This record gives sequence, structure tokens and C-alpha cells, in this order.
Amino acid sequence: MKKSVFLGTVAATTVLASMAMAQEGGATLAQVMERDELNCGVNTGLVGFAAPDANGNWTGFDVAYCRALAAAVLGDPDKVSFVPTTGQTRFTALSSGEVDVLARNSTWTYSRDTDLALDFVGVNYYDGQGFMVSRELGVTSAKELDGATICIQTGTTTELNLADYFRANQMDYTPVNIDSNAEGEQQYMAGACDAYTTDASGLAATRAAFADPESHIILPEIISKEPLGPAVRHGDNNWGDIARWTLNALIAAEEYGVTSRNIEELVRSSTNPEVQRLLGTTDELGAMMGLDAEWARRAILANGNYGEIFAANIGEQTPIGLARGLNAQWTQGGLLYAQPFR
Amino acid sequence: MSDTHAQTVPFVRDTMLPSAAPPIRESGAVRWMRENLFSGPVNTILTLLGLLIVWFLIATFWDWFAHSVWNASSLNECREIITATWGDTARGACFAVIRERWNQYLFGFYPRELYWRPTMTFGLLMVALAPVLFSASLTIRRVVLAITAVVTLWAMVVLGAPVVWLAFAVLVLAGGGYLSERNITWLLPFSALYPLLGVWLLWGGSLWGPIFVLVGPALGWVAWRLLSRVSGLLATVAAILVTLVFWMVLAGDATGDAERMLSLSIESVRSDRFGGFLLSLTIGVAGIALSLPLGIVLALARQSDMFLIKSLSVIFIEFIRGVPLITLLFVASLLLNYFLPPGTSFDIILRVIIMVTIFAAAYMAEVIRGGLAALPKGQYEAADALGLDYWKAQRLIVLPQALKISIPGIVSTFIGMFKDTTLVTFVGLYDPLKSMSDAVRANIEWKGIYWEPFIFVGGIFFLICFGMSRYSMYLERRLQRDHR
Repeated sequence: MKKSVFLGTVAATTVLASMAMAQEGGATLAQVMERDELNCGVNTGLVGFAAPDANGNWTGFDVAYCRALAAAVLGDPDKVSFVPTTGQTRFTALSSGEVDVLARNSTWTYSRDTDLALDFVGVNYYDGQGFMVSRELGVTSAKELDGATICIQTGTTTELNLADYFRANQMDYTPVNIDSNAEGEQQYMAGACDAYTTDASGLAATRAAFADPESHIILPEIISKEPLGPAVRHGDNNWGDIARWTLNALIAAEEYGVTSRNIEELVRSSTNPEVQRLLGTTDELGAMMGLDAEWARRAILANGNYGEIFAANIGEQTPIGLARGLNAQWTQGGLLYAQPFR
Repeated sequence: MSDTHAQTVPFVRDTMLPSAAPPIRESGAVRWMRENLFSGPVNTILTLLGLLIVWFLIATFWDWFAHSVWNASSLNECREIITATWGDTARGACFAVIRERWNQYLFGFYPRELYWRPTMTFGLLMVALAPVLFSASLTIRRVVLAITAVVTLWAMVVLGAPVVWLAFAVLVLAGGGYLSERNITWLLPFSALYPLLGVWLLWGGSLWGPIFVLVGPALGWVAWRLLSRVSGLLATVAAILVTLVFWMVLAGDATGDAERMLSLSIESVRSDRFGGFLLSLTIGVAGIALSLPLGIVLALARQSDMFLIKSLSVIFIEFIRGVPLITLLFVASLLLNYFLPPGTSFDIILRVIIMVTIFAAAYMAEVIRGGLAALPKGQYEAADALGLDYWKAQRLIVLPQALKISIPGIVSTFIGMFKDTTLVTFVGLYDPLKSMSDAVRANIEWKGIYWEPFIFVGGIFFLICFGMSRYSMYLERRLQRDHR
């Protein structure tokens, strides 16, 4: 009798708690406002995308998005609490409510979008899996890697892509399983594998850090699509809209030539109706999702537009030296295409 | 007979010969080597093999260590310096990363200007531990406290501690030293209060928080005194209830009110700023301090005759020992969030400490149960024959002997638990070994650095674990009661 009462209480509490959570789920914006801080899930450390410096300040491409979102919602790019998440904990951290948004170079895939109940709000970096080999190997194409030993991180989509690619091309390979990027570099440098495979952005950063980058080449083949983007929980569409349009605002700002430097001037003088709507000088776009008119202005001012963020963190002027490639604006032959602000 | 002898032998020595030096093979280093290294064909081969391995290791890694660079701002600069100094093909260690980032390996992201606070906290920890760990020997206590005082004060001055806090540290250290000279048991109240002081110093916030935490049990005691004449059971229940109700309902508001009346705050530091060895030591010390008493209780419960207590204890121990620590950590960091009402923030370090504690306590319980089982039955019977009740028998007869037997096992569990604190990397906390190194490597300046952080962090872990191990050996010698 006592036991059943106890179990009943537990069950009732659980139901109540989950109901409360479902209700609260529709109010991420209100929660963030009340907390006056955005909880942003980031990588525990990935060159160019998210890394704490010697003083514990976070910088990087994904970090910049979090700051822009915080600026749009809370008016201050520093009102972000960065929650480092590992590959294992990232999605649970999001769905359990520990973070409000996950900007952690996560690939947008079918099963993550549906089965894991995430909403990817867009793509902030189009990545793809590539190979790096030593120049001495004399290989110029991934098609010539038949019989090679390949260093590969376990438990990632790259592992499956690699198997698919070699099966499709009827080639053989011997995998050398590694746990982390740092370990992969060690194994590759020690000659434990002929080729190292991971996302092309990671390969570029790895190569840049070698003592002699010139003696290693990144093969031209990109064997998978890895659209990386920020994600939010299913079920709070308004919060999803805010996250999506903050990203769009950064991309559109680059398309319209709005930068952190000329934005104040454009606010006063721009005659382009698209720019006026984006910057909130005409229409009240912000009010439609519960923000003020100047949300996009603040988001752009936080770290600049998409192009500025790219150039500052991973662009060709940085040691990582990534070219825009697929991540150029659609007007420049890339895939970035922000939906119209109307 | 002796007569004949005296006449046939022309000379009889009447003084002793001076003793000659032993043959060279039987003395000094040669003898030691003959006995210990080359005492037979197998040992000779093993010795030569060992020497070969040592030589191989030195030959392989010597140049790497010899070409260490300590002053550089990036891995590439290290490489340039090595190339410039020792030539194109030379390789070398780049310990400059430790020089640049030592603070993060030790303190994580704790605010730089407050580094003196954790330093002082761990200095005072030694004072609090003195009456527990070094109660027997005044000499050891003197040495430990003197070293602690010098190191703590020096570090605090270097790290820029405010004068008020320096004075506080001097006061506590001097007071600890004085009491340790007079009567060490007088320091025990400080040891009992230390957990609250340590938590306050590490996390900051209002001093009223810890004060009101103390008020809870005080009120509980009052309730117990008032009701104990009516009924012992009722009094105990009331005392526990009063304490809990005070903590849950009143303590928070009372802290706020008192803080408004008289502010006793120091800058608060959030849990996500903790990292490196600060995190490891915080979790490790808290886990060690909590798991030992919990383990003792569990071990006694498992030995108990009372069915319910025994089965609960068995279930707890077997369940916790049956799952990996990582599972518990994942439960702490992720699953709990689903069950707690949204908006409740339950500190992640506290959650991890709880999980690590119950994990270590389950192992501790089995280690201590081993000690209890090793005790001859006569000891239990003798305690009964003396007319001692259960708790007195345990406290005076059984546990002192059982714990002494279990010391090596207990310390092994401590050491294992301390090293297991690095597993918090999987729940996104910055342990010194993996997460912190990955974070450092995530900056392009230090990308590609690999062995140097491992060596540095491994060295510190070795020092701490070796210290614990030596202490346990000292304790075993001290507690030795048989005459062998």
C-alpha cells in the first residue's frame, strides 16, 4: 500500500514536471529574458569555431553566432553563458533545456531533425569530408587510395561516409580508429596511417598547425555533405524563428553590404527598402517575433556580418586560411541564400 | 698433553691480528650489486635487459627533453627556436605552453585576480587536516604547518591577495600552529567548520549563507533538547525536521535579509569557471571526505542483523558498483535535468560530487567490510562481554581495528577516485588532463601540441597520489600494534 502511494506520487510528480516543461517549452524567449543570459551550447574546443583563450574568453565562428543572438535578444553580446558540450552530451543538453541554442558545428541530418526532435535553424557553414595525405605518397586523388590505411574518428558521421565512399568506388581500406583530433594528428604524423580524414575545415586547421604544411596536401575530393548549423528544441517555434532570422540577418547583411562599420551610417541614410526593413528603420519586423525593431542592428554590430565573422575567425587572413567556397553568397557562386526580410 | 704441546710449538701468538678489510667482492657497492643485481643467471639477464631499456628510453627521448623551449608564444615559435638553436633536423619539447597556460591547468577559468582564494582555501585545508591526519606526532605537524604557512602566504602575496585576507590567512595559520603546539584536539572545531568556509571561499557570495546553514542544526538541537524529555524518537524526528525545514524554507530568505542589513559578501564565482586541478581537487577532496563516513555506515549496515537495513545496503552497494562511473556522471549531468522542474539550477559540480561520492562510498564499504571480516570473532564477543552497546562496541573495539586493517584498500580507493575525477570531461567540465588540453589546443597558437601537457598534468597527479600512498604507509607503521 505504502509503496504504491509512493510510486503514485513519483509518477504524478513526473507527469506534472513534464507538463510544466511542455508549457515552459513555448517560452524559451521569456526564460532567456528573465535569466538575462543566453545559454549557448558550444564545442569544448575546436580551432576557429569555438575556443576559450588564456583568460577564459570564448572566441570563434560558432561563438560569434551566439553573441549575435544574445545581442539581438538581450541587447548585449556578452550576456552569453557558454556551455561546453561533448559529442555525446550535445543533443541531450539541448533537449533537456540546459542550453537554449546549440551552435556546435553539428551536421544537419534527417534523423537528428526528426528522431532527436531538434530544429536546425539554418546552415552557417557548409562543410564536407576530405582527405589529407603526405606529398611523398604521390597521390593526387582520393580514387587512388585503394588499400590505404586511414585514420578515422570513431562514432562520427565521417566513419560512415568513409565506408560508403570506398564501397561505392569498390576500393579497400584499413581503418585506424582514433578518439580525438589531437590523437589523429599524432597518429598521422607518426606514420600510423597513409591518410587522415575528417571535415575539410578541420583538415585545413590541422594542416596549418603542422611544422611543414607544404609537405601535406588535401585531396580535391569532398566525399560528403556536412551542412553545419545552429539547432534549437522542437516545439518552441517562436524561439526557432528568432534563432533562424538572426542567422539570416547576418547573412543578408553581407549580401546588402551592411557591415559593423557602416551600419550606423546606413541606418540614417540607406534608401534600399530591404536594408531599411533589416535595420528596423521601416516596418516593425522585430515585433512579429517578440523583439524590438533594432534586434538585427544589434546582432550585426556584435561581431559584424557573416562575411566579417568568417574572415575574422576562419578566413584566408587567419592561420586556418579557409576559402569561402560553398560558403560564399549565392550572388558569388556560393550557397548562402538568406530568405527575404519582408 | 698441553705440556707436550708447549714444548713442540716454538711460537704462540698472544695478541689478536688486526682485522683485514673484507675481499673487494664481499664489500661495498660490488657486494650490493652482486647480491641484488647479478645473483644468478636469470637476475643477470633481467638486469641487463632493464639497463638496455633504460638506455633505450634515454637515447630516444633525451634530445627531446634537452631541446626544451620554455619561452615562446606559439608552437610555431617553439619550432623556429629549436631549428635556430639546434639545427634543421632537431626536435624538442615545447614546454612554453605550460608557461603560457599553467594558470588554466591549475585554476581553469577562475577569475585571475581571485586566484589567491583557492590558494588560501587549500592552504587552510592543511590546517583543518592537521588534527585529523597528524594527530600523533608534533614534529610532523610542525613541519607540515610551517611548510603550508610559508607556501600559502608566499603564493598569496605573489597572486596579489588583498591585505585584509593576508591578515586573515596569517591569523588562521598562526592560530593553527599555536593550537597544534598546545593541544591539537582544540583545532577540531576548525576542521568541522572548514567545509563551509572552503565552499564560501571557493564560490564566494554572502557569508550569511554558511552561517544560516549552521543555524539549521542549531535549531534542530534546541528542538531535540525541548522534546527529548517527552520521547527520544519524537525528539530525533523533530530535530531532523526542524533542520530540513529551516534549510529549505527559511535559510534562503534569511540570507537575503541579513545580507541587506549587513553585507558580508565576497565576489561570487560560478561553477562553470572552475577547471583544471582546482576542479579535480575540489571534487576529490569533497569525495574523499564524504565517501569514508558513508562507506563505514554502509559497511556496518551490510553486517547488520536487521533485514531491511542489510538489504537496502546490499542493493545500494551492488547497484552502484555494478554501473560504470561514466553512467552515473551522465545521469547527474543530463538525466536529472529531465526530472527536476525547469528553471531549477542544481549546481553541476555539486551533482558530480554527489555521484563521485556515492560511487566511491560503495567501493569503500566493501573495503571496510573486508576489514570487519578479518577481525577475529573473539573481538566482537569481548566487546559484548564488556557490556558495551552496539555503537560503543563499534567505536571503541571493532572499527579502530577494522579500519587499520583496511588502510591500504581505503587509500587505493581514494587514489582511484582522485584519478577518476578526470572523467568529468565527458559531461563538459574542464578536467586538467583532456578537456583543458583540448581547449588549449583549440587555439591556433597551440594546435598540434600533444605530449607536453600530458607530462605536466601527469607529473602533478603523480605527486599527489604518491603523497597519499606514502601517507598511508606512515599511518600503517604508526598504527602497528604487534611486535614483529
